[in-house]
Amino acid sequence: MALDKNGIAQRIAQELKDGWYVNLGIGIPTLVANYIPEGIEVEFQSENGILGMGPFPFEGEEDADLINAGKQTITAMKGAVFFDSATSFAMIRGQHVQLTVLGAMEVAQNGDIANWKIPGKMVKGMGGAMDLVASADNIIVAMMHANKAGVSKLLKSCTLPLTGVGCVKKVVTNLAVMEIKDNAFHLLERAPGVSVEEIIAATEGDLIVPEHVPEMSF
Amino acid sequence: MNKVVNNVETALEGLESDMTIMLGGFGLCGIPENSINHMVTMNISGLTCISNNAGVDDFGLGLLLQKKQIKKMISSYVGENDEFERQMLSGELEVDLIPQGSLAERCRAGGAGIPAFFTPAGYGTEVAEGKEVREFNGKPHILESALTADFAIVKAWKGDTEGNLIYKATARNFNPMMAMAGKITIAEVEELVPAGELDPNQIHTPGIFVQRIFQGEKFEKRIEQRTVRQKQ
Repeated sequence: MALDKNGIAQRIAQELKDGWYVNLGIGIPTLVANYIPEGIEVEFQSENGILGMGPFPFEGEEDADLINAGKQTITAMKGAVFFDSATSFAMIRGQHVQLTVLGAMEVAQNGDIANWKIPGKMVKGMGGAMDLVASADNIIVAMMHANKAGVSKLLKSCTLPLTGVGCVKKVVTNLAVMEIKDNAFHLLERAPGVSVEEIIAATEGDLIVPEHVPEMSF
Repeated sequence: MNKVVNNVETALEGLESDMTIMLGGFGLCGIPENSINHMVTMNISGLTCISNNAGVDDFGLGLLLQKKQIKKMISSYVGENDEFERQMLSGELEVDLIPQGSLAERCRAGGAGIPAFFTPAGYGTEVAEGKEVREFNGKPHILESALTADFAIVKAWKGDTEGNLIYKATARNFNPMMAMAGKITIAEVEELVPAGELDPNQIHTPGIFVQRIFQGEKFEKRIEQRTVRQKQ
């Protein structure tokens, strides 16, 4: 069974390490916060200006002045801090944030990522994504393996305008966990019940498959 | 030095067509809504607006877009606004999309007397086209220039008669950098107090960056994405 969005988030949460500051993008990445492994303390940064982002507020307790980068109402954890946008991106560019998780429309086997524009169709802007991918050492992409038309999003090279070059190190999809190195996707794990053949068929880019590919464990 | 003006009309005096205006806020959070509402009633057009977002169709900068008062937007993210998309795709509206961190830093640089800086953000993308590339520590960076504005309009939670400002929570966002980068900076605040009432240790924007301050008449503070959880 391929994973759903929550499954992808749950698998990515296993990558979290105690003491990390983490930036979660909009969509699947946001769900990672629901699956922090026990005994681990991480703090979430949202680039509009909060470190120590908490869960959604209870109904009636929403504060228009307290939102995340997805413009959703949130709460602040004990010990949280607010700051301006220049300081926020100093944290990001200055590599003070240990992990960035974001979504993508396309990822290439050389680590290129495209996630901000479809020429002639969708022009919403890059927001903070270009700053995040240009600076972070540790970037995990969370996405579905194929787009809604069934076309692979893991490519030899991106066809859409790039967000960043050679920056993605790891991709977690509904089918697999892959590492990017030496200009190829390297299959590390497969989703429960998903065969290696299925993953090969769904991947347009070069995929290196080791002899034994373990199933993800939850 | 007393920076207080009586109302939004006086605060916006001298703001004319074809000027470049910075407006603080992220989404609808921390936007100078009293000033924007008044700009809609002024007979001005051809504006270049520097703001992270462009509001929604019926609130924030979306209101100026509806009246075609904006010629060009400089932003990082402009989703959530149908009229914006229509004007952009039809070529009526010029749009310069730049990475959010670069936008923040370009405003900060503009206010801080730094004409340009190198950043890794956008290297190898459309954003880098026509820009100088230089390697530092083995990594390519692009040259980004500072931004300034004829008017910067910011929104703060509390302000005093000296123009010192304190922001609340994530409504701070771009406001402090933009306050620094305006030739004339206008601050609209929820609560205006006499000098001496704010703790000098807690002030985010020193009054030297602010030329005019007024207490907004009404703050709707609209929420763009209301997300809640249920009590167990």
